[in-house]
Formats: sequence, C-alpha cells, structure tokens
Amino acid sequence: MPVRPGGDIGIFNGMLHVMIERGWVDRQFIAEHTTGFDSIEKAVSKYTPEFSAKIAGVPPSMIVRAAELWGQASSSFLLHARGIEHHSKGVDNCMAAINLVVASGRIGRPGCGYAMITGQGNGQGAREQGQKCDQLPGARDIENPEHREHVAQVWGVPEESIPHKGLSAVPLVEAIHDGKIRGLLSICFNPLVSLPDSNYVRQALEKLEYYAVIDFFLSETARYANVVLPGSLMEEDEGTTTNVEGRVIRHRKAVDPPAGARADWAIICDLAALLGYRDKFSYSSTREIFDELRTASRGGVADYYGITWEKIDSMKGVFWPCPSVDHPGTPRLYEGGRFGHQDGKAHFQPVEWRPAAEEPDENYPVILTTGRVVSQYLSGTQTRRIGSLVDQTPQPYCEIHPLLAERLNVTDQDFVKVESRRGSTTVRAQVVKTIRPDTVFIPYHWPLDRAANNCTIRAIDPVSNIPEFKICAVRVSKVPAPGDPIAQLEPQAGGIR
Amino acid sequence: MSELAFFIDYSRCIGCKACVQACEECDTHRGRSMIHLETIQRRDSVQTAPQVCMHCHDPICARVCPADAIKQTEDGIVQSSLKPRCIGCSNCVLACPFGVPKYYAQIDQMMKCDMCYNRTSTGKRPMCATVCPSQALAFTTLEEIEKTRQGVPVNEWHFGPEPVKTKVYVMVPRGIKSVDIGLVQIENSSSTIKSDPFDQYDVASILGSC
Repeated sequence: MPVRPGGDIGIFNGMLHVMIERGWVDRQFIAEHTTGFDSIEKAVSKYTPEFSAKIAGVPPSMIVRAAELWGQASSSFLLHARGIEHHSKGVDNCMAAINLVVASGRIGRPGCGYAMITGQGNGQGAREQGQKCDQLPGARDIENPEHREHVAQVWGVPEESIPHKGLSAVPLVEAIHDGKIRGLLSICFNPLVSLPDSNYVRQALEKLEYYAVIDFFLSETARYANVVLPGSLMEEDEGTTTNVEGRVIRHRKAVDPPAGARADWAIICDLAALLGYRDKFSYSSTREIFDELRTASRGGVADYYGITWEKIDSMKGVFWPCPSVDHPGTPRLYEGGRFGHQDGKAHFQPVEWRPAAEEPDENYPVILTTGRVVSQYLSGTQTRRIGSLVDQTPQPYCEIHPLLAERLNVTDQDFVKVESRRGSTTVRAQVVKTIRPDTVFIPYHWPLDRAANNCTIRAIDPVSNIPEFKICAVRVSKVPAPGDPIAQLEPQAGGIR
Repeated sequence: MSELAFFIDYSRCIGCKACVQACEECDTHRGRSMIHLETIQRRDSVQTAPQVCMHCHDPICARVCPADAIKQTEDGIVQSSLKPRCIGCSNCVLACPFGVPKYYAQIDQMMKCDMCYNRTSTGKRPMCATVCPSQALAFTTLEEIEKTRQGVPVNEWHFGPEPVKTKVYVMVPRGIKSVDIGLVQIENSSSTIKSDPFDQYDVASILGSC
C-alpha cells in the first residue's frame, strides 16, 4: 500500500474500524487478556474507510481489502522497522499497530505475534544492557528507586552516584548547541550523517570545548574531536548480541584490531582507571563483563541471569527472560495471553492521527522521506570504505515519480537539488513509478553535500525522542552537474564523479 | 528423499544482493561474483532476479567452445573455463540463453558459476543459497521444495524451437510444465506493444484520484 508518509494511523485505525464492524476481532481474548478496548472502539468509530483514506492517502477500498486479509487470517505476525517509527508520532504509530495485533488475539501463540526490528546489530541488546539514557541493565528504569538500588548493589556503588535520566541523541545535540553541554565522549557516533538537520549538528560540534571520540575509522564527526581513540570493529572483538526475538547469541572475534587500535571496553576501563575507579572496571575479558550483566539484569524484564556462554553455544542462542541457569529461556513472549503489566493484561491505548511537524506547502510542496539502501550500513563509516559495497550503491540518489519529474522537467539521471528550510543536497534523479508522485526518497548514508539529513527536520517524538526522518517539506529543481573540487573526487573520497 | 538440487524462486527475491556479496568474497574466483543479480526494469518495478548457471544437461556453452575449455563433470556440473585452454573468444558468452558466462578482459578468460563445486561435491550448499535470507535461492530436495512452496519446480525450457533441459530448477505457477520463451520483437512499435504490462504497478494508477 503506497501510504502517504505519516498516514500510517489512517491504515491501522481504519483496518481496526472495519474489523470491529465485521466482527473480525477476538472478543473472548479481548475480555480475558486486555483492558481498555471500549476506548479503542470509541476512538476508531470515526475512522471509516473514507475518513481513514484521506489520512493515509490511498483509496478506501485498499484499507477494506487490508482489513479483509488481516481480519480473517488464522495466523499473523506484524513486523515493523523505522518506516512507522521515524515520526514525531512514532510511538503512536506503533501503538496503533499493536492495537491491531492485540484486537485480533493473534499474539503469544505459534505462528503469531508482533515485533519491532531494530535498526542495527544488537540494537535490541544494547538498550537492555543499560546503554539507553533512561535505562539500567535488564531493561530497568533509571528513575525507579528499587531498580537503582539493585544495580547500585551489583556495581558496589552508592545509589545516589548513579545519574538520573540523561538526554537522547537529538536533545543532547541541542544541549550542546545551547552551551549547556561543553564536553563530550562518544563511541561509534556519527551524528553529522545520522542525525537530522546536519547544519545544526555541525554548529553544535563546533561549539564543543572538549570532544573525545572512540571509533574504528575517522568518521566525518571525528574530525571535530580533540582526541580520537582508535577503537575496534565488531569483528575485532567478542561478546554477545541480542536479536529481534530476544535471542542472545555469541559473536566471535575474527581478526585482531590493527596495531594501535584496541577493544572499546578496554579503552573505557583505562579511562575509568585514570579517573580513579580502576577497582570498579577491573575486567580482564568481555566474558567477565557479560557475567556482571547477568547479575545486574537479574529479576529485570530482560533477565539474562540464566544465560551462560556455554548455554548459548549448546542451545544455539538463549531467549530472555531466563531467570536461572536451569531455565530453558523464553522463546515466545506473552504465551497464553499473559502480558507484562502488573495485572498480566495488555492495556489498549487509543491513538488519534495528527499531522507531521512540517507538512508540504506552497513554497516547499514535496514530501522528502529518507531511508536506507541494503549495501550501506547506518552512517556509512564502515561500508563507504568497502569497494564492492560502494560499487553496488556508490552515491545517494533521489527517487522521483515520472509525473512529478515531468512537471519539474527532470529526466532520469539528471542532477536535482532537493532543498528544505534547513539545507539542501544535490543528487542524481532516479525516475521510478514505484514511489508516490507527492513524495521523493533519498537514502541517508552519505556525508556533507550528499547528506539527505541536510534537509530533514529536528522534530522528535515526545515519548521516545525518535527524530522525524520520514517527513519534511522540500522543493526539487533540476541543476547542472556539480563542478566543485569535492564533487570531482572519486565516490570513496566523498565526491560524486 | 531425493538428492539435493538447486531451485530459483524469482518471486521471493528481495534484491538484497547477499548472494552477490557472498559469491564475491569466495577465494576460488578472484573476488568476482559469479552470480548475477538482474534488476528487471527499475523504472517500473523493484523486481530483481538472481541468475546462477543453470547447468544445462547438454551445455551449449561447451558445445560452441572451439578450444574445448568448458568441461561438464559426471554429476552434471558445467565447470568454469580452463585457464590453459580458454582463448577468450566469447562464443560461450554469446551462445548461453541465460546470459551466464562473462568474459573478463583483464585476465583474458571466461568465468562462470560452477555451483560452488568445491562445496557441493562434498555435500555442502553453494554460498549463495547459504546466505539467501528469503531462500529465493534454495539448495534442498524436491520433496522439501514441493512441501514448502506455492509454485512447482520445472527444469525444461523452450527458446523458440530449441529445447533446453537444466540441472537447476525454477519455481513457476502450478500447471506450467516448461518455460517457453518465444521470439521477442525488440523494436517497440505500436503494433507490437499493446499496453505497458507494468502500468498496473504504477503507484500513480494504484492511487487513482487520491
């Protein structure tokens, strides 16, 4: 369904409206295992196919057809990734999707369920292990006194020495820009490519009084650092990752880091020692760190306590929660309709559609949506250096529908300037019938002149703080091929030749 | 259970190029990918199609080779060219109905997919089928493929009047016994092209007046 960017709630609420009307919701499951369905029925009553279609930007018949397929299915699995999440209403989009799953009753049994695919290897595990600014190990809440007490005991530190909720990436950059944060240590962080509104990010980085970077290559962001500590790639270190299923798997070291580069954890331990906390960071191996995580996560939502490296090997991965060494792990969450809330029920939360932070208008009439290509990974710090991957997708490009291209007098492979209120990028046009005529798409993995994020907006979801990468308003115009010195470089060096 | 065979299911290909990358990383053919991933017509569709050597029972590439540089093993695998014999004439490149052999000027030699003979001859799966996340490329048994797929495997082709039988199977809709490819008129005149077959996938026509 070629949904208008930001129109997802129209699809989800519209489908649920049709499902309720035609009796395709599981009333027994809803009664036994959920609360709040009344509020859902009330909220989606106005989301008729016609009303929803206006939000979603697709024909009403398409929403009805989707409801027919989803509503009458005997098994179903709903998976989503950044497409519905990178919005200033990203959490609401996910809630609407979850409502659709729970109302169908098809969760917690074989062949059924819901999952959110994270955007990077171990995106799932890292947050459970306490790398997220509002969480402690085991997916614990950093503001919950009991959770803080447990982790303080494991770490052997006073509870009050654990900081409170920190800043997510975008608010962090804003705090730097505002002069509230003046020093920064970052690990594998390339906000100049990966965060919205690159020009604003650049201004912030220029304001930092002291900046230390741990990274495996000199990223575009690392150029702003006072000190760069050469870290290691995943292939140069060992440990575990947790995948979308909550399955903890081992990854093994394939090669040694080059001379002078070190494992990230070893660098952090040394920094801690220099700050006078050698005894709290006295690990001699990643396995010791994992064993501490087992204890620290014990009793938490993501309980790793019963997971050992031996068990991971023999069981081909172990699923959390795994509360004891003789526990087999939990391959399926919510089995038998038992959910994570205190009352064991799923709590429906109705959502209403609202517009994006910036919708197209007269001056900026086209929607820019950004995303990824398969041969480049995140900000490209690794993959823009690998010849065969560069060959697959050497440059960003702008997908544009023939109807829009014709209006703009653009033909395939012409250079186009895509410009928002915040900045612009110049890339080649790829004229395709597979995109909506009101929308253009540019993949985001490239820096500087070729950064899609020059255009994107610094709007974030109020709950999750995820940025709105999927919608901003732009104008598109045909331009001559760039002839500046950078443009003349080979693609690997940042040019567009 | 029958023996392991190679199946291509074009409808499952998501264009991720994992096969290309895996093939390229193999040491046995100098960092070049022997599998080709074709983008059918990007303007109209995101459909892609992986192309391995089909390993014809009677390989035309070997038949047209004036230097007898392409050998077929007893188990029906058509090998890449032998370096001491290949004269780089590209007869095979032109003759193959599937467009598989490629001539590499730098080494003045034709190279093509040998179904990872070093692996498959010892019971391992070819690299591409090992990494394919959607199993558009599958190395498995006939029983397994019939059990798990909606289509049926065929290995008979007709290129005009020319019949070709291959070791590799492709998945096609039920009821189809062979893939028949008639003469294609290359020139687009109004009499040959009635309507654009891809129009139904144009997002603008899907949306209608929305």
